[in-house]
Amino acid sequence: MLAFIIRRLLYSTVVLVLASFLVFTFVTYSGDPLAALRIAPNVSQLTVKNVIERKHLDDPIPKRYLYWVQDAVTNQFGSTLLDNRPILPELWRVMKNTLQLVIAAQLLVIIFAVLIGVYSAIRQYSPFDYTATGFSFLGLSTPVFWLALMVQVIVVQIFEHTGHRLFPIANLSDVDPGTGLHFWIDRAHHLVLPVFVLMVAGIAGYSRYMRAAMLEVINSDYVRTARAKGLPERRVMMKHALRNALIPLVTLVALDFGAILSGAVITETVFSLDGMGLYFYNALLVNDPYPVMAWLMITAVMIVVFNLIADIAYGLLDPRVRLD
Amino acid sequence: MRPQDREEVAVGSESVGRPASAHGQVGSLALQAEPEGPLGSPEAVVASPEDLALVYEAGVEPEARSQWAYARIRFFRHKLAVVSLFVLIGLGLVAAFAKQIAPYGFDELDLFNTTASPTLEGKHLFGTDLLGRDYLSRVLFGMRTSLWVALFVAFLSTAIGTSIGALAGYYGGVIDNLLMRFTDLVLTLPGFAVLLTAAAFFGTSSPLKVAVILALLFWTAIARIVRGVFLSLREKEYIEAAKASGAGDMRIILRHMLPNSLGPIIVNTTLVVALAILTEAALSFLGFGIQPPNPSLGSLIQQGQGEGTRLWWLVTFPGLTIVAIALAINFVGDGLRDALDPTQRRVRA
Repeated sequence: MLAFIIRRLLYSTVVLVLASFLVFTFVTYSGDPLAALRIAPNVSQLTVKNVIERKHLDDPIPKRYLYWVQDAVTNQFGSTLLDNRPILPELWRVMKNTLQLVIAAQLLVIIFAVLIGVYSAIRQYSPFDYTATGFSFLGLSTPVFWLALMVQVIVVQIFEHTGHRLFPIANLSDVDPGTGLHFWIDRAHHLVLPVFVLMVAGIAGYSRYMRAAMLEVINSDYVRTARAKGLPERRVMMKHALRNALIPLVTLVALDFGAILSGAVITETVFSLDGMGLYFYNALLVNDPYPVMAWLMITAVMIVVFNLIADIAYGLLDPRVRLD
Repeated sequence: MRPQDREEVAVGSESVGRPASAHGQVGSLALQAEPEGPLGSPEAVVASPEDLALVYEAGVEPEARSQWAYARIRFFRHKLAVVSLFVLIGLGLVAAFAKQIAPYGFDELDLFNTTASPTLEGKHLFGTDLLGRDYLSRVLFGMRTSLWVALFVAFLSTAIGTSIGALAGYYGGVIDNLLMRFTDLVLTLPGFAVLLTAAAFFGTSSPLKVAVILALLFWTAIARIVRGVFLSLREKEYIEAAKASGAGDMRIILRHMLPNSLGPIIVNTTLVVALAILTEAALSFLGFGIQPPNPSLGSLIQQGQGEGTRLWWLVTFPGLTIVAIALAINFVGDGLRDALDPTQRRVRA
């Protein structure tokens, strides 16, 4: 097990370094991050020259990559290109907000998806099963950003017609959110709509997956054995079937971590939530390679770690899988 | 366990309850059906034991059917998929002839009728935008761009993915290793973020550029599927027989193995179309996809979002169109999987 973890971490490090070099080359080669600065009327040539010097923009790309690695390792990913702001402290700050959003959504997704999926599988081809299948197809076919906008439209229309302010449609907190419990109630109120949007696609996908996993288990030999020896159906389902059907879901949830963070880019942009996604989006808007690189690397490290956790969890939960 | 091994681990049994019959590999019999050698019968007969029993009782000759005919029958049994197919064909025709069908051009201004709300009587069924452009026409032209991009992405990524997957699966060795390492590389980074980065830095001045960027990210999934199918086909007896009778590598790949992997390839190409529509819309919405004046469904929503909460139709209609297209494609994909690929069950997250 330990050997497996070490080997995997070493391999992942190599992959990460390679990925970082490729992305860095691509990002620095294809865009001129100073284009906007050069044509800005109120910026002197001296400023442009200073930025070029500070960031070594005149050097060849491999050399610039080494400068970047040096910055990343010794100086917390350095600073942004134009206004020279430190990157990592800012990222840590917004990451907390994103994690609140994503974890809340993901917990709800898992609970609902397991309930729906298991019930669909037990009552296969029942009206409930068909309805759930229909809704999950609908959920998978609906763009996240559009759903977010529609939710905003509906809330605003309700406000205009009835005067009720159901939920805030933007930001993470009020201007003056208060402290302690008040702060968290306000935060929860702001997170209702974004969490709902993230939940729709999540439940649509996971409930299908859960249904399939549960069906596979229900039709397996050991469930037949459990029934044959006269166990009550409830016990067969809860103890023999559900437990085994949950194993693949554990893996999937861990593996999906990266996709979830990417998905938060859209949700955070629409609801202007001050999280990692919006930070990334803003960095892309100004064509600044440094925060983009830092963001991608940190997310990639998290993905690697979560993949490893997924594999270890799978090995622990399913004794048929050996990690070696 | 490597990530790609997981695909096989947890697949559900969607096929439970489907009549068990002798559907084997799709296409293997269709291949035989070509009158090639003295052994190839002109029409291969496939019949399950139940069918034969029925035939025996009724005392009639079984109708000869090719494997593709069976696939067609299975597809047409899936009512929702058939309806969706017709909806798709309709939408595709409307998009292709948008110039003739749309009541106005996509950039035609009607400055006396700005921000008109949708109406059944007036001139503008879907209303107009801030500049008085007819929104129905803009949605139609947007659909044309979006569908074109999606089809191009599906075609390109399937072509690349199938070639690389086939080579990797057949030859193994260096190509296989490179492919799998590259997949690891792609899997390490969050996909949509990479896409955004590529679009932001590479630029998306033309729809073609957007399509190429999407295709370059989508081909890996198809490559892995084709590789998997080829790996299992490589061990089959008929491949051994083909080798023994002196067939070259290219002939084996193109005439024996590829037709047998068409089922999964077609199903996944269909799903890539849906994925491409949704992803292009998201890219365009964030401003990194199709650029004005070209309307695409995503960029229409982006332009409408500022006023969207007041002028609700600017956001609603293009979005509903996306949902309708994606839903129809997903249903068709579902039907195709039932028809062509009974062994593979979909797992989507």
